[in-house]
Amino acid sequence: MVEIINLSKSFSNNKVLNDISFKFDRGVTNLVIGKSGSGKTVLLKCLLSLHKIDSGEIKFDGLNIKNISNKKLRILRKNIGVVFQGGALFDSMNIEENIMFPLHMFSNLSFNEKIYQVNKCLKRVNLINKNKLFPSEISGGMKKRVSIARAIVLSPKYLICDEPNSGLDPYTSILIDNLLQEITYENNMTTIINTHDMNSLMQIGDKIMYINNGLLVWQGNKNQILDSTNHELNKFIFSSRLFKKIKL
Amino acid sequence: MNLISYIGKYFLFIIEIFKKNEKKIIIYKTTIDEIYNLGIKSISFVIFVSMFVGAVVTIQTTANMEGSWMPRTLIGYATRDAIILEFSPTIISLLLAGKVGSNIASSIGSMRITEQIDALEVMGVNPVSYLIRPKIYAMVLFNPILISLSMIIGIIGGLFAVILSGDCTISEYVSGIKYSFVPYKTFYALVKTVLFAFIISSVSSFFGFNVKGGALEVGKSSTRAVVYSSVMIIVSNYILTQLLLS
Ligand SMILES: Nc1ncnc2c1ncn2[C@@H]1O[C@H](COP(=O)(O)OP(=O)(O)O)[C@@H](O)[C@H]1O
Ligand SMILES: [Mg+2]
Repeated sequence: MVEIINLSKSFSNNKVLNDISFKFDRGVTNLVIGKSGSGKTVLLKCLLSLHKIDSGEIKFDGLNIKNISNKKLRILRKNIGVVFQGGALFDSMNIEENIMFPLHMFSNLSFNEKIYQVNKCLKRVNLINKNKLFPSEISGGMKKRVSIARAIVLSPKYLICDEPNSGLDPYTSILIDNLLQEITYENNMTTIINTHDMNSLMQIGDKIMYINNGLLVWQGNKNQILDSTNHELNKFIFSSRLFKKIKL
Repeated sequence: MNLISYIGKYFLFIIEIFKKNEKKIIIYKTTIDEIYNLGIKSISFVIFVSMFVGAVVTIQTTANMEGSWMPRTLIGYATRDAIILEFSPTIISLLLAGKVGSNIASSIGSMRITEQIDALEVMGVNPVSYLIRPKIYAMVLFNPILISLSMIIGIIGGLFAVILSGDCTISEYVSGIKYSFVPYKTFYALVKTVLFAFIISSVSSFFGFNVKGGALEVGKSSTRAVVYSSVMIIVSNYILTQLLLS
């Protein structure tokens, strides 16, 4: 479980996150939704200690990351898999080397054991025999899958994904969403996913937080979202004709 | 940001680069890769440019001596000193600031905007030392080799020029090259190249690393990298020459 308590973050005088409290549960897919520019990525980067927070607390299963020592942060990061928006695969390395990278950094496995782990993860994301291709040689959907494979190669307790299906067609998007949900259930991970995709919301929204203008406006799950009476949330979710029809 | 805070940030960045924390073997391997990328790949460029620069220096030296009483061996002598002291170390380093500096800034800048640098950090890597230290090592090690090569090729270029123009004989040119050779001057020149290599790699990395935004900013940062490293090369060249040669 990852808990945020009264979290605030601003850049000079732009208040991006304002006093947000929420619990991301273990074993389910937790979704962070909001308009583009609403601060979803900033929230994730605060969780990853890539941004320093102004005030509030962040706890990973009770471990407060405020003033955490470098050594403890390193141990924590070993337990967090991250899928960045766009994948953030290393251009200079092929798929195999990309996925092996966290193993080089965090483990003392032999080369053969590393290869075994890499292939296991590639199989899990349905990419086999593509080990030697470079990121520039594969499609957007494949990049996302490689990125997921890299994120889970150390069997992390937490999985954090920034818009994992942005830029993908609806079919591939759902494949990626389902994959993330299955992996979460299989490994009982605390998974946090940023999205502004309504299909994802309905598909894998086990627990949802909606942020708007830096404030936590609504929380619930995919079943409650259709019945919500929150005006702001409805304006966001039911902005397309298709979703307006579903609501009726 | 104003200039003072830029300079402050740059020095903090330099300190960060040399913090020890990566496995030695990884730094070693990436340094080898960078020597290939930043050094070996520049060899043909350096040879080509040095050949022509050497020829031009020789022709100009000859033109300045036209009709004078000075011995023809001076052509080789003056060419040698001009190439070793200034043309190879400074001019070639300035050209490398353009070629290698923009390469470094844009490759690190694009890693920044595609979040590869964030990815490194969450994988427990210090991105500053992991990405940049190998580039600095590679440049500092290989630039003196490149510049020495440039000196030799430049002098050969001069030889071609005198052969083509017939301003002096080959043996006059060669004895000019050998005349009162002071090894200290070559040492001074190579000290300069090490400093210039450090400037090019660290300044360009600094600008690449601090890119914010998108592709447009990556382009701007690589322009800035070239401008600032060139300016720093020119200024430090003056200071070093004053310190070492006067
Ligand atoms: N490093 C930064 N420096 C300054 N402002 C930032 C930075 N990162 C994000 N912001 C600002 O924070 C706000 C939220 O951005 P972001 O979290 O990327 O939105 P999104 O919800 O689309 O992921 C935006 O207004 C953006 O300009
Ligand atoms: Mg975002």
